[in-house]
Amino acid sequence: MAAIESLIKWFADPSHWSGPDGIPTRLLEHIQISAESVAIGALIALPIGIVLGHYGRMGNLAINLSNVGRALPSFGILVIAFQIFGLGDLPIILSLTALAIPPMVTNSYVGLREVDPDIKDAARGMGYRALAQLLRVELPLAIPLVMAGIRTSAVQVVATATLAALIAGGGFGRYIIDGLAQFDYSKLFAGAVLVALLALATEVSLAGLERLLTPPGIRLVKVAAASRATTFKTA
Amino acid sequence: MGTGLFLQAQEQPWILWDWLFTHVSRFTDALQQHIQLTLVAVALALVISIPLGVAAHRWRAVRNPAYVVFGIFYTIPSIALFALLIPYTGLSATTAEIGLVGYAVLIILRNVVVGLDSVPPDVVDAADGMGYRPIARLLRVELPLALPAIFAGVRIATVTTIGLVTITAVIGLGGLGQLILQGLVDNFRTPLVVATVLSIALAFVADLFLFGVQRLALPWSRGV
Repeated sequence: MAAIESLIKWFADPSHWSGPDGIPTRLLEHIQISAESVAIGALIALPIGIVLGHYGRMGNLAINLSNVGRALPSFGILVIAFQIFGLGDLPIILSLTALAIPPMVTNSYVGLREVDPDIKDAARGMGYRALAQLLRVELPLAIPLVMAGIRTSAVQVVATATLAALIAGGGFGRYIIDGLAQFDYSKLFAGAVLVALLALATEVSLAGLERLLTPPGIRLVKVAAASRATTFKTA
Repeated sequence: MGTGLFLQAQEQPWILWDWLFTHVSRFTDALQQHIQLTLVAVALALVISIPLGVAAHRWRAVRNPAYVVFGIFYTIPSIALFALLIPYTGLSATTAEIGLVGYAVLIILRNVVVGLDSVPPDVVDAADGMGYRPIARLLRVELPLALPAIFAGVRIATVTTIGLVTITAVIGLGGLGQLILQGLVDNFRTPLVVATVLSIALAFVADLFLFGVQRLALPWSRGV
């Protein structure tokens, strides 16, 4: 109970809502660093996963990449990147991008791979050229899993960005790390609540986007993409 | 961190072998704690997720709430979860295990349900026709057929947990994560690099070991 009371007090304090250590600034830092990492990761991962899935090549690599990603201790990767590149956003973005890539490759590979071969045959029979078939037939059918990959990556990047505070990064992780260091438990608690809410908000909003982008014709497919997507947790 | 310290870091070798050879016991102790935290987490997760998965497979009324609750839990970043638990369970192994077990439960639970769902209805019918009671059918027909999927879940959960254990360093545990934290705090690369590599190696060895066990114990899962 005392914890909740001090938490409410912390949030009610107007000084926590402005300045370089205020909630709005930390929120923007957290979102910016996460969005940049996911965007760069997607630019690298999605073409790879889509092309490999389309041609059905190197499936073991595409699937095992996620397992390699899981085995990487995000904390160690961040600190090593910090040792190489020093202070700043570069080591954080590089580490987060590296962690964002595997689930997007795996899920987009599986999504493209699972497109019914009969549908591909039908598309060819209707006269689709290779590229048009990929873009207008296979990709729309694979959207649920491609989006599930992006969602999984984004949630994990938001979570892992919290650890960036350990290497002097910004974002909500600052409250947790500083709260621990200063024995300021209301700050620690507030940071934890904010990080958890941001991760949940990322999950929920991207799940909504996934539903919006899924072509109406396959929305009723029994097994939701969410339950087929590769689980991935790095932080 | 002062600029002087940072410049010094630029000239520091990645691994000081002399230091490493005189401090082997630190790494073995950390490795031992790492393995212990992982084993407890995966074992407890199995104990929870198998009965829960069986119930979720039978009853939709169990499946949806279980997926939602553990799904939300899984989404919460571990460092935030540990911070939220500190007022209740302190800086302890309990705090770490609550998080690690909860995350592993979601991974294994999903695979238990997928495994049981994919048992062909004909097989279930045949078992009924042979006179199996529900419990016997579950234990002797359905679960054995679901085991390859469950095993895959255990492997994913184990590799994931080994990675996550390093983060428990922020609450004073961490296994190999302790040495990563030491590397960060002391600006000393040797423990940082060696512990990171050991953590990755541990994950691969554990995965390979479980793969081997699966091949030996479940010969019917080959090719799955």
